[in-house]
Amino acid sequence: MRYAMAVDSRKCVGCSDCVVACQTENNVPIGFCRDWVVEVIDGTYPQLEIELRSERCNHCDNAPCVRCCPTGASHIVEGGVVLVKPNRCIGCGACIASCPYDARYPHPKGYVDKCTFCIHRVREGMKPACVAVCPTKCMYFGDLDDPNSDVSVVLKKRKYKTLIPEAGTKPQLYFLI
Amino acid sequence: MNEELIISGRENLMVDPQLHIWHWPIPLYLFLGGLAAGVLFFAALYYLMGKEEQYRTAVRRVPFIAPIALVLGLAALFYDLNHKAFFWQLYTTIRLESPMSWGAWTLLVITIASFIWCALHIREFFPKWDWKYRWLKDLEAFFNRYKKPLAWVMLIFAIITGVYTGILLSAFNARPLWNTSVLGPLFLASGLSAGAAAIVLSSKNREERLLFTKIDLIILGTELFLIVHMFMGFLASTQVQIEAAGLFLGGPYTMVFWIFVVILGIIIPGVLDLMELGGRHIPALIPGVLVLMGSFAFRFVFVFAGQVSRWLY
Repeated sequence: MRYAMAVDSRKCVGCSDCVVACQTENNVPIGFCRDWVVEVIDGTYPQLEIELRSERCNHCDNAPCVRCCPTGASHIVEGGVVLVKPNRCIGCGACIASCPYDARYPHPKGYVDKCTFCIHRVREGMKPACVAVCPTKCMYFGDLDDPNSDVSVVLKKRKYKTLIPEAGTKPQLYFLI
Repeated sequence: MNEELIISGRENLMVDPQLHIWHWPIPLYLFLGGLAAGVLFFAALYYLMGKEEQYRTAVRRVPFIAPIALVLGLAALFYDLNHKAFFWQLYTTIRLESPMSWGAWTLLVITIASFIWCALHIREFFPKWDWKYRWLKDLEAFFNRYKKPLAWVMLIFAIITGVYTGILLSAFNARPLWNTSVLGPLFLASGLSAGAAAIVLSSKNREERLLFTKIDLIILGTELFLIVHMFMGFLASTQVQIEAAGLFLGGPYTMVFWIFVVILGIIIPGVLDLMELGGRHIPALIPGVLVLMGSFAFRFVFVFAGQVSRWLY
């Protein structure tokens, strides 16, 4: 099993609903976010091209945050999802420094917090909150090992990219382009 | 035009707008750890070479800096933790993949070894010292019997500690400035030169001072070589590392790096060391303090500049 997410950068309108849904679903402390929307503008007016990307933890196959964690608080569960055990985390910040995507942050309670792919929802057969709420349905989630999952199907049809693959992290967040 | 911005407004504390998760306690600890590694390395080395009497200050007196530096450094590390009540989790596992994990164990070993070493030499400072309790006296006799293995442990773990302070940073490929394998040897060299400087500053024996001035000069030369080597590596590498080097080559950290680390911390004390060896009398205080300050500044500049360097996308 390999959970992954695909985000259609052509369908996303940058409404940030995914960000709010995540904050609500996961009780993210005020002033923090586990996902965010990036806008890339290329060209000169009036010939502009915009790419919108809803970004979050890439749940990397080769996760530097899990490697550098001194206590094993950062760990990998089913489907390659990267999680943090708050009661093992000492808050040293190594994982935060090790993430090329800056996807982690120190929770005000001291431990490090991040996107969980809403594993608590996925285990109950639901989609992650960000995916479920997206008004343009630009996000796809599922198991890459299952050829019929939403994410497998869309990745077969479309061209895609990942972020900074050259950092060697093998990210599992795909952007349809 | 190419513009990239986060339109959902991400302002995660200590992460945005650029990473600043590690503050002054980290470079302070890296300096103190390097200094302790340096003084313990020379103490163990000259003890094992059988020159305890000849280089008394290096072997018996200067090591007293180590436990103090290590305890202060550990306190700084602890202070920088965000989830302090769980710090003991560090000592429930050993993860060889994580430099911070095996580094924490290395620190434990070297701190204990440094305390034992100092306890064995406490009469250097308090000639009438008495351990009072029988079991403490037995313990002293035990470690005196096994002083050689203890010195070996100190020697090896001093090297590991010195290298580890650099590897800790170089293991992060997300921060291109840190991500160079030269950093381990470079931090070791910086720690050893700080240790040698501490001995030159403390010793009243001219022969000992001259020896450690010579050693300091060699290490400073090595450091300079490694720094040049590091920049050559960066500039011949990928775009992100070229940009990381740019932080010191015209970027915001240029002045502080070249003035405080290279000129005041390496070149000037190196020249003063050369003059001293050439027969001129230079007060030991000047090169010694400069080397210590340079080593200190080096850790600060590197920890802060490294957090600014990143992969752009």
